[in-house]
Amino acid sequence: MRIICPIKRVPDTAAEKHVDPADHTVDRDRSDPVLNANDEWAIEEALQIAERIPDTEIVALCMGPDAAGVTVRKALSYGLDGAIQITDPAVSGSDAVATARVLAAALAGENFDLIIMGNQSSDARTMLVPGMLAEFLGVPALTYVKDLQIDGDIFTAQRETAGGHVVVRAKGPLVVSVVEAINEPRYPTFKGIMAAKRKPVDVRDLATVGVAAENVGLSGSRTAVVDVTPRPPKEAGRVVTDDGSGRTGAVALADWLVEQKIL
Amino acid sequence: MSVMLVLIEHEAGTPGKVSRQILTAARGMADEVHAAAFGPGAGDDAATLGAFGASVVHTFDDDVVTGFATGPQVAALDAALEASGAEMLLYPADPFLTDVVARLAIRREAGVITDAVDLTTSADGVIATKAIFGGDMLSRCHVKPGLPAFIGVKANAFTAEEVAGEPARVAPLEVTVDDDARRIEVLDVVEQTSGDRPEMTEASIIAAGGRGLGDADGFRLIEELADALGAAVGASRAATDAGWYPHQHQIGQTGKTVAPQLYIGSGISGAIQHRAGMQTSQLIAAINTDADAPIFSITDFGIVGDLHKVVPALIEEINLRKS
Repeated sequence: MRIICPIKRVPDTAAEKHVDPADHTVDRDRSDPVLNANDEWAIEEALQIAERIPDTEIVALCMGPDAAGVTVRKALSYGLDGAIQITDPAVSGSDAVATARVLAAALAGENFDLIIMGNQSSDARTMLVPGMLAEFLGVPALTYVKDLQIDGDIFTAQRETAGGHVVVRAKGPLVVSVVEAINEPRYPTFKGIMAAKRKPVDVRDLATVGVAAENVGLSGSRTAVVDVTPRPPKEAGRVVTDDGSGRTGAVALADWLVEQKIL
Repeated sequence: MSVMLVLIEHEAGTPGKVSRQILTAARGMADEVHAAAFGPGAGDDAATLGAFGASVVHTFDDDVVTGFATGPQVAALDAALEASGAEMLLYPADPFLTDVVARLAIRREAGVITDAVDLTTSADGVIATKAIFGGDMLSRCHVKPGLPAFIGVKANAFTAEEVAGEPARVAPLEVTVDDDARRIEVLDVVEQTSGDRPEMTEASIIAAGGRGLGDADGFRLIEELADALGAAVGASRAATDAGWYPHQHQIGQTGKTVAPQLYIGSGISGAIQHRAGMQTSQLIAAINTDADAPIFSITDFGIVGDLHKVVPALIEEINLRKS
């Protein structure tokens, strides 16, 4: 089985974000970039599949600047076999459509049975890319998956819904997006980190991938940003210390709920 | 003449809360508002759709679209866009519909904006406001002029208001659900019981619990508080990781993003990863033993105290004031 793990380099949630005032793109290098947390569950699931199914190869797929190489090595340190990194100055500012177009183009000449990825990135959180990638590739997408069973080329999954889950089945090759409930990701080992340095990373530019520069980045995106502003800071609210009985806190909070017309 | 299509979530044809909010928002942004409703009963409540401003409802009432069937829904929505002639689509920003819209955007060369909390019209078309980076920043963006625009609208971003309108005209769609659209087989739909509680991402009030609850039993207290307030139940990652509450209720960076009218957190310290999922809530209250917990930096009203004492007393107090 050949598994592709699309991964994303995102600003650390705790980091101060820097947005270029001219084109509203994120200065990713100044925002403590990390591997997107939800991608770790996809990587873990791929590793668990490889433990069950012999001769499984796992390849990370990452679109980003040169510096995304650090994120690719991080992904490899979990024990993946190799990576495809699409690096081209033109991809900066790509929206979900442009991103999915590049990822799909990079996979056009690749064999794969499964593309497994996080259901969302922590920066944009659009959740669009798995479905768009599947549509570009003409394959099904099982999204928000919390349990995945594989029997030959038949994939059976539990898709998380607001009230529970649905059990769905489809034939591969296909795209799967996973939620956190699917597994408990391992930590990279020292051996894995050392080995990651020697794993093959196939760095490609847009021309190699076969996408014209005008179809990616800000020009190739179908959406445009008018402005990005920090959210107005919240004023510090009232704090009441309960006397230990629970009553004073409860009464104060109930009074406030009345004041706010909640009650 | 401009037409705005609104994808409706409905129960026997009656539009749900979020759909009513979106229909209200759509009025005034286009010459005509059309609704698209799929599944059994889709055209059964044209009166309510009309009362919220839809002049036409495009229906496909085959049950092939039920059970979160992405392919058939894509085919039906494609047909509704074609029949309405709409260049703009508004839909409830929900994970399942996001999938449907993602696929259709590639097919129809549309631009997509997700999770809009405000919409304004401009020369460039509709400008949507959305929170990015876990609510640290607000972005105003639009789909480029000349392209079909699909915009997902977050629950409670708008207040639903009725107008005196004629019932919507019911226009059944011709939908071809081909083999490609049937590649995903739905084997079972499993609903966990959550009583009559609203869905978390749609709820006006969310009562959330975290590590401070101590164990899974602690969530009974949160459920009781939720029921007293007519709220949904949310959980921190610590609580869902520990298996105290199902993962689909997780609020935060790796779970759901919520922005209810009121969020009440009990036993949640408010790590940045949790705040990234709830800090755009309109009102925030918290109960925590630790006066230095980071949650208190964003609360409108905080109680420093033991939740096991404060919450039961609060439930009593709420019930007292309601009666």
